Amino acid sequence: MKVDRTELTWWERLYLPTLLNGFKVTLRHFFSWKRSEVYGDKQKNYSAKTTMQYPEEKWDVPTGYRGAPYLVKDVDDKTKCVSCQLCEFVCPPRAIRITPPGDSGVVDREGAEKMPKEFEIDMLRCIYCGFCQEVCPEEAIYLLEDYAITGESREELVYDMKKLLALGGADKRAYDHHVQDGVGDGIKKWETKTREAGEQPKFH
Amino acid sequence: MAATQTEPAVETVTVKVDGRAVEVPRTMPNWEGNPEPTTVLQACKHAGIEIPHYCYHPKLPVAGNCRMCLVHVAMPGRPGPDGKPPMSEDGTPKVFPMQLPYEPGTPRGVIGCATGIIPGMEIYASSPETREMREAVLESLLINHPLDCPICDQAGECKLQEYSVEHGQPESRFAEVKVHKPKAVDLGPRITLDAERCVMCTRCIRFTADVAGDDALGIVNRGSYNAISTYPGQPFDNNYTLNTVDICPVGALTSDDFRFQMRVWFLKETKSLCTGCGTGCNTVIGSRENKMYRYEPRRNDAVNSDWMCDAGRLDYKWIGRDDRLAKLRGPNGDITWPSALQEISGHLAKAAEGSVAVVTSARQTNEELFLLNKLAKRYKALTDSVPRKGEADHLLVAGDRNPNTTGAQLTGITTKRVGSRLAAIAKGIASGKITTLIVFGEDVTQHGIDATLLGKLKLLIVSDILPNATTKKADYLLPGCAHAEKRGTFTNVKGRVQKFTKAFEPPGDAMPEWEVLHELVHAVTGLDGFNSIEGLFNQMAGEVKAFKAAGLTWAGLGDKGTDVKL
Repeated sequence: MKVDRTELTWWERLYLPTLLNGFKVTLRHFFSWKRSEVYGDKQKNYSAKTTMQYPEEKWDVPTGYRGAPYLVKDVDDKTKCVSCQLCEFVCPPRAIRITPPGDSGVVDREGAEKMPKEFEIDMLRCIYCGFCQEVCPEEAIYLLEDYAITGESREELVYDMKKLLALGGADKRAYDHHVQDGVGDGIKKWETKTREAGEQPKFH
Repeated sequence: MAATQTEPAVETVTVKVDGRAVEVPRTMPNWEGNPEPTTVLQACKHAGIEIPHYCYHPKLPVAGNCRMCLVHVAMPGRPGPDGKPPMSEDGTPKVFPMQLPYEPGTPRGVIGCATGIIPGMEIYASSPETREMREAVLESLLINHPLDCPICDQAGECKLQEYSVEHGQPESRFAEVKVHKPKAVDLGPRITLDAERCVMCTRCIRFTADVAGDDALGIVNRGSYNAISTYPGQPFDNNYTLNTVDICPVGALTSDDFRFQMRVWFLKETKSLCTGCGTGCNTVIGSRENKMYRYEPRRNDAVNSDWMCDAGRLDYKWIGRDDRLAKLRGPNGDITWPSALQEISGHLAKAAEGSVAVVTSARQTNEELFLLNKLAKRYKALTDSVPRKGEADHLLVAGDRNPNTTGAQLTGITTKRVGSRLAAIAKGIASGKITTLIVFGEDVTQHGIDATLLGKLKLLIVSDILPNATTKKADYLLPGCAHAEKRGTFTNVKGRVQKFTKAFEPPGDAMPEWEVLHELVHAVTGLDGFNSIEGLFNQMAGEVKAFKAAGLTWAGLGDKGTDVKL
C-alpha cells in the first residue's frame, strides 16, 4: 500500500509556531496549582505543585498495580507455596524456575506434604504479566508494589526463595480477603484439614 | 507379492453406536489374550468412541466396580411365538431402551466393561442419559476426594482430573466434612499410598494378584473408610510393584523414586528400551532439560505387555551420574575429536594382522557391534564380549542381564559361549602377540585382563560411559553415550530387533559410539558406510545373515520391533 504524505503548509514548515505551542504547555503546568493524583499525600505540605524528588520521594502505587512478583507467607509466617510449578509452566518469558523437593517434601509446618526446595525468579526476564498470581492455587505469589528493580549484575537479579519470601512478607492481603468472604482460616487449609481429621474416627 | 495370504474370516456383529451402524468382531482378546465376547466398551472403542473408565484395564481381569463406564443401551426384543423378533411399524427390528424395572421410564445403564454385545443392540454412548449417569458416578467418586491436585504427582495424567473436566460439576454440592484417610502411607520400599485419593478401582490388587503373582494387597474397612492395605507387617515389595503406580488412575499410589521430583507436564516423552536385561522391555523416557526423571513401560504385546520390573525401571540413575566420562583424552591429555580420530586411524593403519583384539560390551547397539566387527575383520582380530548372568523370573526378567547379547552373537562379535575367547585374548597380550586392544563399554580388568596385562599393550583404545580401572589405563579414552543419548537397535533374547531413540544430549565431549566407529572404519578399512543411523542399519540388515533373512529395514522396525530367526 502506498501512503501519500501530505505536503506541509508554509505555516507548518516555519517550525516556530510548534515550538511556541510547546512552551504554552510548559507554562500552563508552571502556573497550575492542581496536583496530580499519583502524588497522593506526599506533597500535601507544599502549597503549590512541585517536582517530585524521585527517588527520595515516591509516588503512591495505585491499587491493582502489577509490580514485581514475590512469594508471600501465611499469617503464621510459614511458606504457602506447595511447589505445584503451575507458575513456572504458565510464565510466558520463563522467568520462574522451581526445584521440586523430592521424596522428602521439605516442609516447614505440620500437615503439609510439599514445598519447593528452591524457587527462583529472574527479575530481568519477568514481564509483570501477573499470570503467576492468577494461576496460583495456593495464593502464594503476588505481584506486589515494587517497580524499581535494580542491581549490579545479572546474577543479583535472580531472586531466590529466601529473598522472595522476605520481600513478600506475611500475606495479610489474602487473609483479610478470606475473612471478609467468611471463609475464616480458609487460607490455612492444612490446619483445617488436620483438625478435621483429628475429629474423625480412626480405623488405621 | 505373488499370493496374498487369506486371513481367516473374522466373525462380526453389527451394533449401533450413537446411531451409527458399526461392524465389530464377535470376540476380542481378554486380558490374557484369549478370545472373549466383545464388550460394549470395546465395541465403542472400535467405533472410535472412548467410554470413560477407572477399573477396566485391557491387561487386567474385569472387575466392574467403578461404575464409570455406565452407558445407556437398547436391546432388540426376544423372538415371539412365531420365531420372529418384534418389528416396529417401518419394518425394522424393534429395540427396547433399558429402563429400571421398578421405575419404568427411567433409563437404566449397563457397565460397558462387562456387558457383552448382541446383534442389533443400540449403544447410546453420548446420549444425555448416559452423560447424566457419568456425572452422577463422578460426583460420588469425588465426594471424599481431597483437593490435592497442586501437590499430587498424578496431576496432569490423572483420569479423575480428565473426567472432571469432561463430566464433572463446576461446584461441589457436598456440604459435609470430607472423610480424611491416612496420607503418605509407606506400603513398601518403593511405593507410597495416599488413601484419600483412592477411588477403589482395585486395579493394583488385581495386578499384583493376577499378573505379578503376589497376592499382597487388599481392601480393609467398610464404607467411606475403606482403604487399600497390605497385610499388617508385610511390605509390598515384589519386583513389579511400580506397575501399580502406572495403572493407578488417580494419585493414590505414587512412586517413591518419582515422588515430588517433577510435574509430569514438563516431561518430554521419548520411546526407548530398558537395558536392564535381555528382555528389552519397551519404555518411555520422561526427561526435562537433559535430565532423566523416569521410565514408564510402553505397551508391546510381543515383549512386555504393559509392564516392566522395578529393577529395570530404576536402572537409569547411572545416566545422570556426576562422574560420567565427559572429556576426550589422548596420550598427551585433552584432545579434540578430529585429531583423536586421525591419530587413532593412523595407529590402526600401521597395525599388523593378528595384533589387534576387540572386547566389546553386549550393551552396545547392533550397529556399533556390526562396525566393530568390520574393524576386527580387517585384522583377523580376536573379538569377544562379557557375559552377565542373573536369575530369571516368571514374568519379564531374563537370566541374561545384557540387553544385546543376541545382537553380539548375530553380528559375529561373540559366539554361543559368551566370554569364551577372553582367555585367548589375555594370553595373546601376555605373549606379546596382541599389541592393540580396543575396549568398548567393559572393565576388562574384572574379566581376566588385569592392569599389568594392559600395561604391556602398545595401544589401548577405550570407550566407556563411567570411569573404571580400564578407562584409567587407556591411551585414548573416548567418552560414549547412554542409550538415552543416541539412536540404535538392540536384539533381545528372543531375537526381536527393537529400536530406541534419543531423549537428550550427552555430557561434554561424549559422542554416540556408532558415529565414532563409522569414522574409524571408514578411515581404516576404506569401506563405504552411511553416516546416518537409518542408512547404517539398512546396510547392516543387508550384510548380517539373520537380519537379511528377516528383511529388516529401519523404517520397517516401527516402534515395536521385528522378530528375527535365531
